[in-house]
Amino acid sequence: MKIHEYQGKEILKKFGVTVPRGIPCFSVDEAVKAAETLGGKVWVVKAQIHAGGRGKGGGVKVAKSMDDVKTCAGQILGMQLKTHQTGPEGQKVNRLLVEEGADIKKEYYVAALTDRATQKVAMMASSEGGMDIEEVAHKTPEKIIKVFVDPAAGLTDAQANELANGIGVPAGSMAQAVDTLKKLYTCYMETDASLAEINPLILEGNGNIKALDAKFNFDSNALYRHPEIVAYRDLDEEDADEIEASKFDLAYISLDGNIGCLVNGAGLAMATMDTIKLFGAEPANFLDVGGGATTEKVTEAFKIMLKNPKVKGILVNIFGGIMKCDTIAEGVVAAARETHLSVPLVVRMKGTNEDLGKKILKESGLPIISADSMAEAATKIVAAVK
Amino acid sequence: MSIFINKDTKVITQGITGKTGQFHTEKCQEYANGKNCFVAGVNPKKAGEKIFDIPIFGSVKEARAQTGATVSVIYVPPAGAADAIWEACEADLDLAICITEGIPVRDMLVVRNKMKAKEAAGGKKTLLLGPNCPGLITPDEIKIGIMPGHIHRKGRIGVVSRSGTLTYEAVAQLTEIGLGQSSAVGIGGDPINGLKHIDVMRAFNDDPDTDAVIMIGEIGGPDEAEAAVWCKANMKKPIVGFIAGVTAPAGKRMGHAGALISGGADTADAKLAIMEECGFTVTRNPSEMAKLLKALLK
Repeated sequence: MKIHEYQGKEILKKFGVTVPRGIPCFSVDEAVKAAETLGGKVWVVKAQIHAGGRGKGGGVKVAKSMDDVKTCAGQILGMQLKTHQTGPEGQKVNRLLVEEGADIKKEYYVAALTDRATQKVAMMASSEGGMDIEEVAHKTPEKIIKVFVDPAAGLTDAQANELANGIGVPAGSMAQAVDTLKKLYTCYMETDASLAEINPLILEGNGNIKALDAKFNFDSNALYRHPEIVAYRDLDEEDADEIEASKFDLAYISLDGNIGCLVNGAGLAMATMDTIKLFGAEPANFLDVGGGATTEKVTEAFKIMLKNPKVKGILVNIFGGIMKCDTIAEGVVAAARETHLSVPLVVRMKGTNEDLGKKILKESGLPIISADSMAEAATKIVAAVK
Repeated sequence: MSIFINKDTKVITQGITGKTGQFHTEKCQEYANGKNCFVAGVNPKKAGEKIFDIPIFGSVKEARAQTGATVSVIYVPPAGAADAIWEACEADLDLAICITEGIPVRDMLVVRNKMKAKEAAGGKKTLLLGPNCPGLITPDEIKIGIMPGHIHRKGRIGVVSRSGTLTYEAVAQLTEIGLGQSSAVGIGGDPINGLKHIDVMRAFNDDPDTDAVIMIGEIGGPDEAEAAVWCKANMKKPIVGFIAGVTAPAGKRMGHAGALISGGADTADAKLAIMEECGFTVTRNPSEMAKLLKALLK
């Protein structure tokens, strides 16, 4: 689960990391009021969307007067902000963060994430802050320093020093940088984050270390023990169909193609999508109905797929293990009837009670096309939509 | 022979009294030598009781001491599953198989590091399979996990995969064209897990009763690439490889917590390329995994 920058800064602040003073706003009036409350001569008006790359897309502006604040807030609020992470349609900006200006002497990058290979927490730092870190990793990998933390020991002083020294923090600010790194690690662990990134972490003219941005992602398996983080969820930032699907415990992701697919198991679902592409079409979605699919679940899955106007055909691929093929067949027939299905439907069923399932489909009188293998199913659905 | 388990393996079920644990324990008991293999259950609140004639003990240690079991299978719900893994490790079992899906990553990080520290200090190494996996099976001998037993057939092909249903797909294809399996192993879809592709490939390489292997992976993480490099230097048996997720968009979690493209080296295309370079027969068509493997056998 992702959150906004201002929410991330609230969390960082709670864990003792220094952040600029700032106020989240939902209107131009609120933005002006926020700037007045903050005082000073320079403010930064920042679009709050979950995607990165906001500055390049025109979502971050510096204001040097109240009129400026008003103009900037008016330009950013409501805009369709396009970044390399939003896709071509962009993301509508509904929230702003108005912050006091910062005296930036140097920008660093610091982050915590889980490293699969070592099964430890990787703490990363770079002297090349404020840039796209993937670009840094690609062009100048030597400028990224990593240490791997055993959760039993935590981030040690030696490790934190290695990071801060490695990115060239000046001696006078070393203690504060080490402290910030340790707090970031604690915050990462205690909130069950899967990514905690500060880019940039800045050195101010007066030697202070401050988090100028905050990007978090949280482990959805652990949200049950973090109601305070679930409260940060912003449904406007998520795909409406994916939200609807999650209510029925369906794992659904919208894609760009025209073949809807309904599969049990995440790996088989991906393999089915890949097969559709291999035979000349593109999948419209990823949809895993999981292990305990009922008629209700299958019907909801059909409804969600059919909401997408691009869908010109549906492929159902079920490997019956614990889930029996006849149960799924009944669900498919009921769903096709209830949704008055008008696009071609190919069903491939294997495993437990396969014959019984096929019989139910055949006797339903519906124009369901049956297939024995994934390849055959893909060939048939691709032909049917052409 | 087979890998990790056989008809003489004695198994403890952790979480035997829950709905999932009960359902699958019954199915496992019904499969091949299951009646003799599933010898104990664990639930501190129901110690002394029995379920399907299987005695329930208060702890894994006690279950082990009383029955001589060396393997456990875990169906404990997510919030307590990592503790259950640690309990199996503390009881010095050979292997713990964790079926549970949805364990917080932090809990897995903590328990994996504890397990490694115990081993580094000279303690007994307990292998972990999973979590979020279907388990493993040696056909006609023993099934530990949630896979449908009836699609399997005894034979000489190894199967390893992160995905449950994709393992079944490969197994069913093999059985259909007359090739049985030595063992089929689901290593699970979580980012922090126990046995990886490389460990299972090593075991298949050492198993005299395995002639060839189907290795199935998916997007996310470095495991398949590591296994491929190891196989290039060491594997003496032919391998068919498939990676799911060529069509998966970057940055999206595709059902499995671990199925997420986050770099550029962990895409399906990148993994397929490395596997091919390392001598695997790779396919982009998952319907022909078994057919390709058959062609490789002399």
